[in-house]
Amino acid sequence: MARMFKVSSSPHIRDKTDIPVIMYSVIASLVPALIGAVFFFGWDAVRIVVLCITACVATEGIIGKLSGKPITVTDGSAVVTGLLLAFNLPGGVSWWIPVVGSVFAIAVGKMTFGGLGYNPMNPALLGRVFLLISWPVEMTATWTSPTGFNRIDAETIATPLAILKHNTEILIHGSAQSIEAVNEATLAMANLTDSYMDLFLGKVSGCIGETSVLLLLLGAAYLMYKRIIGWRIPFSFVVTVAFLTWIFGGYAGYFTGPWLFHLLSGGLIIGAFFMATDMVTSPITPRGRILFGIGCGVITVIIRLWGGYPEGVSFSILLMNLTVPLLDRYLRPKIFGRVTSNG
Amino acid sequence: MSGTFSGGVHPDDAKDISKNCALEPMPLPAVVVLPVSQHLGAPAKVIVEKGRAVKKGDVVAEPGGFVSIPFHASISGTIKAIEQRYTPLGKKVLSVIIESDGEDRWSDGLNMHRDFASISRDEKRSIVRDAGIVGMGGAAFPTHVKLSPPENKPIDTVILNGVECEPYVTCDYRLILERSRDIVEGFKIIMEILNCSKGVIGIEGNKPDAIKIMREAVVDVRGITVEELKVKYPQGGEKQLIYAVTGRRVPAGGLPMDVGCVVQNVGTAAAIYEAVMLNKPLIERAVTVTGHGVVSPRNVIARIGDSFANLIAYAGGYTEKADKLIMGGPMMGLAQFTDDVPVTKGTSNLLVMEEHETRADIQQPCISCARCVDVCPMNLMPTTISLYVEHEHWDEVKEYGALDCNECGSCSYICPVKRKLVEYIRFGKATLTALRAKELAAKKAAE
Repeated sequence: MARMFKVSSSPHIRDKTDIPVIMYSVIASLVPALIGAVFFFGWDAVRIVVLCITACVATEGIIGKLSGKPITVTDGSAVVTGLLLAFNLPGGVSWWIPVVGSVFAIAVGKMTFGGLGYNPMNPALLGRVFLLISWPVEMTATWTSPTGFNRIDAETIATPLAILKHNTEILIHGSAQSIEAVNEATLAMANLTDSYMDLFLGKVSGCIGETSVLLLLLGAAYLMYKRIIGWRIPFSFVVTVAFLTWIFGGYAGYFTGPWLFHLLSGGLIIGAFFMATDMVTSPITPRGRILFGIGCGVITVIIRLWGGYPEGVSFSILLMNLTVPLLDRYLRPKIFGRVTSNG
Repeated sequence: MSGTFSGGVHPDDAKDISKNCALEPMPLPAVVVLPVSQHLGAPAKVIVEKGRAVKKGDVVAEPGGFVSIPFHASISGTIKAIEQRYTPLGKKVLSVIIESDGEDRWSDGLNMHRDFASISRDEKRSIVRDAGIVGMGGAAFPTHVKLSPPENKPIDTVILNGVECEPYVTCDYRLILERSRDIVEGFKIIMEILNCSKGVIGIEGNKPDAIKIMREAVVDVRGITVEELKVKYPQGGEKQLIYAVTGRRVPAGGLPMDVGCVVQNVGTAAAIYEAVMLNKPLIERAVTVTGHGVVSPRNVIARIGDSFANLIAYAGGYTEKADKLIMGGPMMGLAQFTDDVPVTKGTSNLLVMEEHETRADIQQPCISCARCVDVCPMNLMPTTISLYVEHEHWDEVKEYGALDCNECGSCSYICPVKRKLVEYIRFGKATLTALRAKELAAKKAAE
């Protein structure tokens, strides 16, 4: 027999998508929000993004080299982590905050577990929450206003959610407050809810990448079209938040809550579409994903309305990340032709 | 009903390179090798000896049981040897080797028209068995057994599988274009044997001319319709086809007859017609010889027992960079280590791939993207099953449904980190079967 043939198991063809294709698609989908970040927050945004991406890639490269394993930085996942961590930081933070957060996110959040695919929690969020708990003042007193490259002083203001929380509390306990405080709070609330368009476009203060709902949704639509993220997690997350804040979020009784305000502010849109949908740390079963999104929504609302922080998206996603093995085990799809379900 | 099923993938269908080639009969081979086990079920029993002269269509091996079929000489000549030879399944099987006498003569009484209207249903079923007909879509299950459902499983819908969902394969497509009437007549015989009045021919939407021709062929036939199905792999899988046409799910571990259906390939229908109408046993079949590793791809009618090497030579031979020879399609086909193996009754396609198409990919850790879960047509979780197989947790392998896997390959195809999902699951299935056999043997010994 003259000819040698290659022998292998079927299938003998494969789809061309691989990790770099997925990661670079995610990066592409974040470019609109990146442009928005630079437009609204100027050099601060550029500084933070560059620092985060560089630190993430360097950390992964160095640890990879030291551990003798093949270098993985070219697969694009460290760049995605850096970009998402950057988007979750306030504009006025000192230079070492992005660096320390990135090193923690990659070294502890990802490499200690074995690299891409093994981490149980979203590395970018882990980095951000680490920074928030360790340096609360740096991370919550450095919001900048969206004046783009025109920012001269380190002028900091409160975020819409912080203002909402503060004033809702005053108005709920209306009778126990002074008349001036109540009037001020009412005025502040009226101003807030006038600004839906600003919230949608991103002309508000907040973390540099989370403010523009429009630009984020554009990117998310692209990812959905490329089937890199599905609809279940974002949809169930967002609907749960809307529903619960409508019922419980108002200061004038049940079913009066400013649910649209809650949807458009804070890190909800970036969290629901880009962070909760991280493949490695979210469920693989359809029903698991729905419950994951609902769980994120519930915890987010509890923290926003009754917890110590004005924003709860990061914590809720990290907590739900830990439930993923449980969700996948008990919410398995029904096997074709099986009479009783396995779930 | 829905015209599709959940899950599935969309590989490039690659049919352009051979779909316009009409079926050509191959020249008479000098030698044929007939393995007596090409089908599911008991091997056939050889009834000839070395040196005997045989004519085309003579029985050389008789059925070895109920789930077994006879084999016929596909050329006229002399029995050269009866010995173990490799088959495309990779194992050696007892084979009858016939050397041609150059005359290609039929045995008496065969290949002649007969009045089959007067033949009863049961006789027709016997003819199907005596002609050695098996499922020609690739599974090669003895057809007369499929046409003998027990009394308590009535059949209300017979489905003809004209889907041909694997990329590259075009032999069924050409059969539909060139022999639609024979296929329909064969389908009518199948429905008569099963005492069933409703027949549906399923064809995927990427073959609009085939759908048109088939619709024309059944326009005056009562009870038979043609349904266009959404183009998706593996629409041609039995369970997926039944679900797309009738909305019924074949139970896990069950058969189509459990939901009142029988599925047959269009090639099988044409063979049944020839057997009943012309008293012609199954001695040749349509085969596509294709791929970028073949100089001139085409569709041929090859004798059972002719070698793969011959077919490829007839198609212009290998290209310089030809690297891999596959029997079947690229999703579920079997890679061959030699082309010195015979065309069997289930051989529908020879696919030759070139070097740049056969690059081996290195596996990376699963990133839980869930694409495999989304595409599995059986609603399994391939990544989870394969991880359990890796760690040898056989109870969980069984619980997560490894035995329900039909090895269609959609999961491995779509995995972005190139994990060998189907291979792990296949290994899991084999281990579970072996463990079960051991368990049953132990139980029997204890009684």
